[in-house]
Amino acid sequence: MNMDMFHKVTRAQAEYARAIDNDRLEQWPDFFADPCLYRVTTANNHAKGYEAGIIFANSKGMLTDRITALREANIYERHTYRHIIGAPCLLSQGEEGLRSETAFLVVRIMRDGASEVFATGRYLDLWRAYGDEVKLTERIVVCDSSRVDTLMALPL
Amino acid sequence: MTMPSALTGSGMPAWPEGGLTRVPFWVFQRDDVYAREQERVFQGAAWHYLCLEADLPEAGSFRTTFVGDAPAVVVRDNDGAICAFENRCAHRGALLCLDDDGKAKQGFTCVYHGWSYDLKGNLNGVAFLKGMKGKGGMPDTFKMSDHNPRKLRIASLHGLVYGTFSDATPPLADWLGQPIVDGIARVLEGRKHVVLARYVQALPNNWKLYVENVKDSYHASILHLFFTTFELNRLNYKGGLVVEGGGGHHISYNQLDRAQLDAAYSQQNLRSDSDYKLKDPSMLQGFNEFPDGITLQILTTFPTFVLQQIQNAIAVRQVVPRSAEKTDLHWTILGFEDDTPEQRMVRIKQANLVGAAGFISMEDGCVGGFVQRGVAGAPDMNAVLEMGGALAQSSESRVSEAGLRGFWQQYRTLMGL
Repeated sequence: MNMDMFHKVTRAQAEYARAIDNDRLEQWPDFFADPCLYRVTTANNHAKGYEAGIIFANSKGMLTDRITALREANIYERHTYRHIIGAPCLLSQGEEGLRSETAFLVVRIMRDGASEVFATGRYLDLWRAYGDEVKLTERIVVCDSSRVDTLMALPL
Repeated sequence: MTMPSALTGSGMPAWPEGGLTRVPFWVFQRDDVYAREQERVFQGAAWHYLCLEADLPEAGSFRTTFVGDAPAVVVRDNDGAICAFENRCAHRGALLCLDDDGKAKQGFTCVYHGWSYDLKGNLNGVAFLKGMKGKGGMPDTFKMSDHNPRKLRIASLHGLVYGTFSDATPPLADWLGQPIVDGIARVLEGRKHVVLARYVQALPNNWKLYVENVKDSYHASILHLFFTTFELNRLNYKGGLVVEGGGGHHISYNQLDRAQLDAAYSQQNLRSDSDYKLKDPSMLQGFNEFPDGITLQILTTFPTFVLQQIQNAIAVRQVVPRSAEKTDLHWTILGFEDDTPEQRMVRIKQANLVGAAGFISMEDGCVGGFVQRGVAGAPDMNAVLEMGGALAQSSESRVSEAGLRGFWQQYRTLMGL
């Protein structure tokens, strides 16, 4: 573990947030390797070891399908997110890759201007280096709260 | 809020003409309606889903839940029986139990003044009952047996635990009716239930707007475009709508015949000429779990329980009213103990179809809010429920609002509206 990896993860996370918050959702799957694991769950579910998530994907294709569905099929009131992502805490590096944990806060801005804290939590990540970049082979999004306000359309 | 002009003796407006085909918008708005619902629906002659038997594996296991507004504790006692009582200390009314679930060794003790209760909810200890050093303490007339939180009658059905505050509620199976009992049995009977996830979806609307949405088989192919967009449903389904009991229970289902079912599972139901194709269709590659060919069954029991089978995605939903304009939807995603790893993965993937982020149900989280906001200035106007006629009866067509009319029939009977 070194500053080089810290910078790569920090940069990847900044770009990840920017892609979602600036409505470039089509770029979102590219932050992941294939296959990968993306799961949104709650702190309670995580503590109990519950297997299913609010969102679950184990391939890049499933991530792409989620964005296609949001664009073409699902109906929801227009809104955006603003992600505030903390500095990554690098936990371990081994053959599987680099594990990190990062706090996040997401404000949801609705069509009528209402801005509310939508989710806080931590990303439990497994990163793999691809040249100068790192990609996610695993991102478990552990939301602190067990409540979701109205719906979760955009990814966290 | 604008007050309607013609008020009845109860202070509530009169229900509009038009039988079951008209529902006044004030019923989703008024605090006095909400208060009467607590008394007559949630604490009246109806059974309410409390939790799963699987939540109570051994003596002392408990889960906290709600019956309408009222907090309740469900617990397995030392005899193995399931008991439920208000989560409220009989002394000053504080919550007795502050956890979602857990294991109570002896019983529950109120943190405020240390009054304690056994696993059946009987008061068995009062701190400083006799005072200290002969001074203070409760009067001699105080009897612990006079001071218990209210208890619920309990009935279990295929792993679902129901409770009622009322002595007038008929036995659960009679109250539900055989078709509803059978509909629950075909999904849950004789299987060990495993919780795969649990979360709460906060809905910005009256609880009845969500219940209407679940019973509304008319909207399914119009509001929810996931299957249509990806052209995933090209088979001719049979199906139907069952309205039961006092009208407030319903089943809506899709059914394939045997040959179609085999073909569907071999082709994985995915042939599509749509512009949009799933990159990873594994989510829909289910397994043949139900020999009757029913691929979708949405079942409700009055007033606030939903059992869902969408392909292999099984869940129970409990609708918990919080105020006239706020509702919590408690989701429990289920699997079964004898699932193979592959079957379990199918359930986990298909859980994407439902819930707060569900491909085919995320719209249901907001559409109730669209109505709540839409009717804000129109308490005296009415919803029109004429699709499929004016009655609340079962039909082969799901292009019908009979399920909603049935709900209002049972609701109005209990509410005296």
